[in-house]
Amino acid sequence: MIKVNGKNVDFVEYETVSGLLKRMKYVFPNVVVKVNGELVKRTDFAHTIIADKSEVSVIHMISGG
Amino acid sequence: MNTQKSEHIRMKLQKSSVGIAGAGGLGSNIAVSLARAGIGRLVIVDFDTVEESNLNRQYYFRDQIGMVKVEALKEIIHRIDDSVKVDIFNYRLTKNTMDKSFHNVDVIVEALDDADIKTIFIEEVMQKFPNVPIVGCSGVAGYGHSDRIITKKIGNLYMVYDEKAKDSNDDVLMAPRVILMANWQANIVLEIILGEDK
Repeated sequence: MIKVNGKNVDFVEYETVSGLLKRMKYVFPNVVVKVNGELVKRTDFAHTIIADKSEVSVIHMISGG
Repeated sequence: MNTQKSEHIRMKLQKSSVGIAGAGGLGSNIAVSLARAGIGRLVIVDFDTVEESNLNRQYYFRDQIGMVKVEALKEIIHRIDDSVKVDIFNYRLTKNTMDKSFHNVDVIVEALDDADIKTIFIEEVMQKFPNVPIVGCSGVAGYGHSDRIITKKIGNLYMVYDEKAKDSNDDVLMAPRVILMANWQANIVLEIILGEDK
């Protein structure tokens, strides 16, 4: 089990950040992702594997300011 | 008024510095609130000039149309309190140099507009200054729905956040929500500097 934005989500072995975002149907192009408090840059999404029991935070950046 | 508390706050804020990326709807209102609160030094970066279309939500005035925003903002702040040190930089924040002007501040505020630039800014600044708190904002467009806004805190990153808001390119930008979220960010800055109000 992992936690994504506070919700329990099944752990999938060898799943990358990109894979998780796809599975969660987070299709937004601009997201800030932290795994266990550590920033994962967008350029690293495709090769960052999420370990079991990780806490993942996904923030969707929306234009306007 | 609690004069002891007020004096403690005054001294602490006077010694503090805050960097603000962007001087639009969020940044101009954040800067004015923080100046009024008594922050000693503000560092403000923006490339833009004041336009008539900004006046429905940004802290500028008709007689400032055409002025460089950071200069107009410094003028406004000094009309309120000329003891605030305001360091202004008139350039566009770009990839790989986002951190450039924010090296010696206690808190960094993300007050940019474009989602892609917001994301790049937060990524770069968090990497360059892992110990500096960053206060960002996402989802200002529209009106109403104040109750959807939350503070999302992940480590040193504080986001004023409405995940259900639309992209500003598909919606409207209006003073009440923009200024609400700007002051929400400014309020978090005070909480970071002063600690929780007990």
